[in-house]
Amino acid sequence: MSEEQIKSLEKQFNERIERDEKIEPKDWMPEKYRKTHIRQISQHAHSEIVGMLPEGNWITRAPSLRRKVALLAKVQDEAGHGLYLYSACETLGVSRNELYEQLHTGKAKYSSIFNYPALTWADMGAIGWLVDGAAIINQVPLCNTSYGPYARAMIRVCKEESFHQRQGFEIMLKLCNGTPEQKEMAQDALNRWWWPSLMMLGPTDDKSVHTEQSMKWKLKRKTNDELRQQFIDQTVPQADVLGLTIPDSDLKWNEERQSYDFGEIDWDEFWQVVKGHGPMNKERMKARVGAWQRGEWVRDAAMAYADKKQAEKEKQAV
Amino acid sequence: MNNNLYNYILGIADNSLILGQRLGELTGHGPSLETDIACTNISLDLFGQVRSYFQYAGKIAGDGRSEDDIAMLRKERDYKNVLLVEQPNTNFAYTIARQFLFDAYHLAFLGELQKSTDLTLSAIANKCVKEVSYHERFSSDWVKRLGDGTEESHQKMQNAIDDLWTYTDELFHQTEADKAMVEEGIGVDITQLKDNYYKYVSEVLEEATIEVPDIKYFQKGGKQGIHTEHLGYILAELQYMQRAYPNMEW
Repeated sequence: MSEEQIKSLEKQFNERIERDEKIEPKDWMPEKYRKTHIRQISQHAHSEIVGMLPEGNWITRAPSLRRKVALLAKVQDEAGHGLYLYSACETLGVSRNELYEQLHTGKAKYSSIFNYPALTWADMGAIGWLVDGAAIINQVPLCNTSYGPYARAMIRVCKEESFHQRQGFEIMLKLCNGTPEQKEMAQDALNRWWWPSLMMLGPTDDKSVHTEQSMKWKLKRKTNDELRQQFIDQTVPQADVLGLTIPDSDLKWNEERQSYDFGEIDWDEFWQVVKGHGPMNKERMKARVGAWQRGEWVRDAAMAYADKKQAEKEKQAV
Repeated sequence: MNNNLYNYILGIADNSLILGQRLGELTGHGPSLETDIACTNISLDLFGQVRSYFQYAGKIAGDGRSEDDIAMLRKERDYKNVLLVEQPNTNFAYTIARQFLFDAYHLAFLGELQKSTDLTLSAIANKCVKEVSYHERFSSDWVKRLGDGTEESHQKMQNAIDDLWTYTDELFHQTEADKAMVEEGIGVDITQLKDNYYKYVSEVLEEATIEVPDIKYFQKGGKQGIHTEHLGYILAELQYMQRAYPNMEW
């Protein structure tokens, strides 16, 4: 294809996005659009799968049968989200196995928040309330993103996430209305998860390398700083309902901006975790790679069995 | 309180409780996303069943004990599950073999429990039998896949069946509560399920190219609360929160 032809295709492509039309797998798309989407969707899928680990860690110890059932269902939903997102990603011409390979070799990233440990039962509340809360803020705009399969997957994901968030808040509420020991557990969880949750919304706008292009493609509708402010403004009143204190002495309502001012985020910690040196990065990868390696003979057996059955069928047909 | 009925219900529910707990250990660590989801789903079904049984048992006890009190606040010797379900997830072949050997029993059992003259039990069985028929389809399919897959998977499945076979006979042992409940038309006469069970299981194993173990000695004791050493660790996790933070709401 000549350069001119490509330019004209690109022009038409951009116009379609402007008109809010969905781009579908068989449509022409710029290579950079395809690559950016593979990166973002797979990163999202990996986050779901790695995100199963901190919560999965509490399934056997959930404090009541009701909570155990809800937690199992939640972690199962996350696996389901991983499944649709990997499928959405496969429509861009990359296989699930390649994506796993990228995760396992550290080439692909996943949300850094899952590199923090889930230490007490209250962490199940804090993760649902804060981490899923921040995730929803990130994800709701994606229900209208330009790439069709991703947008459709996100509609389902968001519905389930908002349910998870309410469930997390409800765990916190129960703890906060419980004994002093339970409330202390809830406060401790908030103290540990608050700052990492703010970091989840990404580096500040001046440090964010992908924002501008992503805004054009509607992969992003608001900047990281806008999303972070929205998360804080939404969450502070919820903490008040719980009677918990946000661990930020600079947090203050700003009448003029009609928003909360907040303290400095420790970006050194953020980059340390992103670069692979958080408290749980190595553990999380060990768990994923280990499950994959231990499962190899199982997957091989399933393939061999399917081939045998197929051969039998063909033989019968002859 | 009707002690026999209470103990009878616990005998049924403890199997689902302990197996559900074992499957819950695997969530996030399965060999593929699809099998991970399936095992988590089976665990979820089993805990749902446990809740129905224990809520009913709590009502029979009539002293305000809750489903969680029954599930999490008994001592080791008071759990009545069969030894089979407490066996560890040594590898995926063990997980599948344990599941299949239990599901084949569980499905036949629930089919009969639906006919119970106790309407609550028959209603619970009616709901559970649908779930368990799915569990059995999943586990028997995987027995065949692993048994007749590769040489390696075949060997692993054979080893798992060989090791777990010794726990199958106990499925058909009757406790005092079992006998009393059969007499009242409430319970299932499990001794009547044994022949069909071994016939069916052998057929599946044959299709999976797995040899049916030929052993004379079987392990038993779970139903009397005499377990393997594994159970204590399972309970340590299951009961942790209720023991560390007693008398709280979650």
